[in-house]
Amino acid sequence: MTAPFRTAREIRDGVSSGTLSASQVCRDALDRISAENPSLNAFLHVDEQGALARAAEIDARHRDLGPLPLLGVPVAVKDNICTTAMPTTAASRILEGYRPPYDATVVERLNAAGAVIVGKTNCDEFAMGSSTENSAYGVTRNPWDRTRIPGGSSGGSAVAVAAGLVPLALGSDTGGSIRQPAALCGVTGLKPTYGRVPRYGLLAFASSLDQIGPIAGTVEDAAIALAVIAGHEPRDATSVAAPAPDLSTMENASLAGVRVGVPRALLAEGVEPEVLKAVESALDVLAAQGAVLHTIDLPHSRHGIAAYYLIATAEASSNLARYDGVRYGVRAAGAATVASMYEGTRGAGFGAEVKRRIMLGTYVLSAGYYDAYYLKAQQVRTLISRDYEAAFEQVDVIALPTSPTGAFPLGERTADPVLMYLADVFTVGANLAGVPAVTVPCGFTGGNLPVGLQLTARTMDEGTLLCAAAAYQRATDWHTRVPPRPSSS
Amino acid sequence: MSSALAPEEVERIARLARLSLSSDERDLFARQLTGILQYAEQLREVDTSGVAPTSHPLALTSPLREDEPRPSLPRADALRAAPDTDPAAGLFKVPRVLGA
Repeated sequence: MTAPFRTAREIRDGVSSGTLSASQVCRDALDRISAENPSLNAFLHVDEQGALARAAEIDARHRDLGPLPLLGVPVAVKDNICTTAMPTTAASRILEGYRPPYDATVVERLNAAGAVIVGKTNCDEFAMGSSTENSAYGVTRNPWDRTRIPGGSSGGSAVAVAAGLVPLALGSDTGGSIRQPAALCGVTGLKPTYGRVPRYGLLAFASSLDQIGPIAGTVEDAAIALAVIAGHEPRDATSVAAPAPDLSTMENASLAGVRVGVPRALLAEGVEPEVLKAVESALDVLAAQGAVLHTIDLPHSRHGIAAYYLIATAEASSNLARYDGVRYGVRAAGAATVASMYEGTRGAGFGAEVKRRIMLGTYVLSAGYYDAYYLKAQQVRTLISRDYEAAFEQVDVIALPTSPTGAFPLGERTADPVLMYLADVFTVGANLAGVPAVTVPCGFTGGNLPVGLQLTARTMDEGTLLCAAAAYQRATDWHTRVPPRPSSS
Repeated sequence: MSSALAPEEVERIARLARLSLSSDERDLFARQLTGILQYAEQLREVDTSGVAPTSHPLALTSPLREDEPRPSLPRADALRAAPDTDPAAGLFKVPRVLGA
């Protein structure tokens, strides 16, 4: 077996104790990016000089800086999160070259924690997609099979970690955009509780659903990152002033007595047999470790995709009204009136999926359709949330596949929006209910494509969630597998 | 609900959304949006009588703070990324709005 990549914790400990040089770690990451990014296209921008300067500063001052949780750790940030040091385009033409005037809160917190932000990662345009094929700057390829999609929308972040370019990346998750690509690339991805991580500086897609979270090689690294980025932020009105999750017991956490709910009815159709087999094996591991499996019912979850795509697009149509060619971004030339300038700028600047979603959202909010679509979807959302609340009276965590399939071939679903949306069938529930969920690698399909196990827990209970996931990872070695090296020709 | 979206309806939505569409896009979206809305028809099966809508997963109240002046984004920084400005006057420039 190939040695797994160095974890964020190992780098942090090495740099803190002086046995590792942050500059060397940074140069290694930049070298791997130079070698691999031309074929993977995980990064849209790399700040080589800034990262090396920052790493040199850390090497010079690490004794004064103290025991920072991400000291010297190279980190990648999804390109829909504002950075002053690099462009922030959300993979859209309409923001080509855009340099925000401020850093997102999570970026400030990464920097304060000693991280070295090396670059910005590719994604579906404005985080709208499940395959990273909607980027205006080219597709990202799955390192396990470069003819296949990496998942999305945080595909670049998942690939950057899976291919060992960086040990840690941030993504955003509106309907599965952290968990689904993490699962399809064989890494760990966490969507925290809604409100746990501030979104100041995240380009808004659907404000009642969006949440920032980490993608990492291990649950432990994801937990370290969560502790850094979580916490109340007055500049985000939806940020919650909740106590930090208790992760102190994670290292020795056990699954003994943990009640795991399995919504069996949801697994009855639409799941690839090899995915189901890997997830069943994972459930066996949980049980062997002392977890108690319960069959539960989430009766309204089968309507999750329909409710999600009406709510998310409605919110997106409002949020994306700000891209009008006035204050930032690219303006279409030659318009004689302000109205034709708006229409031309948006028509030329947005890609097909973004336009499709703005159109759908505008339609469902328009006079005469609001009650039938948007209001109805919000009521179904209430029922989906109640299902989770009822389930969590019986169990501590809920287990599901993260994705119903392994990574699909590039181009397979681009012509069929509904088929593409169904990739999110197991992930949208956590966003609609606002609860935290994590994906961990749990096996492979016959074609050597990674499969993810998704665990979900109660609101603000990342402690239970990550302890269970860490205990699973201690009992298995799926997370130590690395994708095949590209054949050097 | 139901029934296919006519191209004229797609044009009406595009105008509301301030999006210029090519005729190919208009026809494609008429077909695809119809398909998505047909998929969403399944929500009609769900009995939602008396169910309150959820607009937000948290029961948040608007946070309040003291109304005290404090530094905010400098005007020059706010103008820096704009496609067309009058920096001396500190303004964003746009094509004619009135009398066009």
